[in-house]
Amino acid sequence: MIINLNIIRSIISATALCFCLFNSGVTLAQQNFDDVEIKVLHVQGNIYMLVGEGGNITLQAGEQGVLIVDTMFAPLSDKIFAAIRSVSDKPITYIINTHGHGDHIGGNANLAQMGSNIAGGNTIDLFAAGAGNQAKVVAHENVMASILAQENPIPIEGWPTDTYYTSKKDLFFNGEAIMITHQPNAHTDGDSLIFFRRSDVISTGDIFRTTAYPFIDVANGGSLQGVLDGLNYILDLAVPADRQENGTMIIPGHGRLTDEADVLDYRDMLTIIRDRIAYRIDQGDSLSQVKATEPTFDYDDRFGLNSGTFTTEKFIEVIYNELSIRN
Amino acid sequence: MSYLQRSRFRFSLLFILSFAFPVQAQIDLSGEWGAVFHEDSDERRPGPEMVEYQGIPINEAARRRALSWSPSLLTLPEHQCKPHPSDYGSRGPSNMRIWKEIDSESQQLIAYHTRIRWQAPERTIWMDGRGRPPEYAAHTWQGFSTGHWEGNVLVVRTTHLKQGWARRNGIARSDLSEFTEHFIRHGNIMTQVVMVSDPVYLTEPFIRTNNWKINLAQQIPPYLCETVTEIDRPQGEVPHYLPDQNPFLREHADRYNLPLEGVLGGAETMYPSFIE
Repeated sequence: MIINLNIIRSIISATALCFCLFNSGVTLAQQNFDDVEIKVLHVQGNIYMLVGEGGNITLQAGEQGVLIVDTMFAPLSDKIFAAIRSVSDKPITYIINTHGHGDHIGGNANLAQMGSNIAGGNTIDLFAAGAGNQAKVVAHENVMASILAQENPIPIEGWPTDTYYTSKKDLFFNGEAIMITHQPNAHTDGDSLIFFRRSDVISTGDIFRTTAYPFIDVANGGSLQGVLDGLNYILDLAVPADRQENGTMIIPGHGRLTDEADVLDYRDMLTIIRDRIAYRIDQGDSLSQVKATEPTFDYDDRFGLNSGTFTTEKFIEVIYNELSIRN
Repeated sequence: MSYLQRSRFRFSLLFILSFAFPVQAQIDLSGEWGAVFHEDSDERRPGPEMVEYQGIPINEAARRRALSWSPSLLTLPEHQCKPHPSDYGSRGPSNMRIWKEIDSESQQLIAYHTRIRWQAPERTIWMDGRGRPPEYAAHTWQGFSTGHWEGNVLVVRTTHLKQGWARRNGIARSDLSEFTEHFIRHGNIMTQVVMVSDPVYLTEPFIRTNNWKINLAQQIPPYLCETVTEIDRPQGEVPHYLPDQNPFLREHADRYNLPLEGVLGGAETMYPSFIE
């Protein structure tokens, strides 16, 4: 009975939390982006990382055009476009969304309209008017579903034009294989992980971040086990170079550039925390008893949050509820 | 003083000063250096025992994390070939080569490079005054190091470190750590003083010293580490001890007849007053 009450309480809290996150109008009204600077870091090969406010952007540039993964917030679009122009004068051809949260898709409409896709040029008249006048937006179909479910969704010009519902989708662009894989029920139910095979770079979205524990968006299908599965998949894909460093580079949803070793430490930590909470549940502990054991204590000074939308306490609750249901 | 005398005096002064104040390095650190293990030998060669944390200014978070650490973690392929991070590299089999990178035109010192025997980490200490990478740049095992001279002492500051270890029995050092080194050469002996600060796991700077002796015959082998799957495990399994279930909790304390609170470390265990 206690467990059920906690589950219900958690779901209500998570729903409220996600409503706030998706309600981009509220978020943007409270946030001033005037001082935000978009910084560009060359990762390797064709890949750059753009850092500003919101989720990191991965940029692939080549002869065919520009592909970006995620778009931060809408008010930053002009600055993001200027940053893209510092790397390439080619049009934005593809936008890939790692998931549907406002800090990752907020600039979809602006940046899509600043680009064009390969349906343009001489073939434009063969298609419906405007078919080639903006970049394609690629995402898992659950991203589309989450946008449609929002009270104040992003403008229609930013909605995905190219969704996939299977476990993966491949592209070949700028001479490079790009493998998009769906990571089910991880940060959300619509997470995509993007692997740039020739450049050897993985863009993770919010399955992995270096700034905090993962935000598990339960109301939108997220789960700790899904996050762990995603991290383990990243470890399967990534191969470090000499001295267990570099090789496959990994751009997290938030935070600094990383490689396999950083993901490994994060995966280890989440697995250990999961095992601790699972053990306490097996011992019959209630949520408050689990919290009293401080299962995250040794990592809190590095990854814990005491305020904001997803605190450490909420993180423990979500894991507790997930593991309790499984039991 | 005549014009000629004044000229001679100025020339002599200039000649003397040219030896007394070199533009860059005050003393050269280049060469093959053999590690000297007279200090902390038990910790550095056979290695520390489980739950032997004394003398390290760790906080409670570091202690709990160390108590959950299992050596079996090192059976995971992804953990096997990690080199020691630069703040710890001098503690292991640390025969070291140091060489200079000199700008061929100006003959200015651009950087010192080091290579250490175990896992062969190579490190660069930039001496040309360049700035640090941005905070969103990748962190590495060796970090980003810049150096300057204070008299004959090379002072090095290192940031952008990967998460590492303060002692190789599970005491973690976070990726927010920084450290400062002083390299002091006394003829054929060199001393390194390492001062690590960590806002996550240390309550005060952790200071250690290491020594080397010049070894003209030294050869450092290449890096040969390859990972292997030692134990077939389910994907994602991470060996660790649950809270209060570390079977080695009392092993070290009991072996040396020490109180448990003493071996659990903390700043207070660094000082003689703790023993009293």
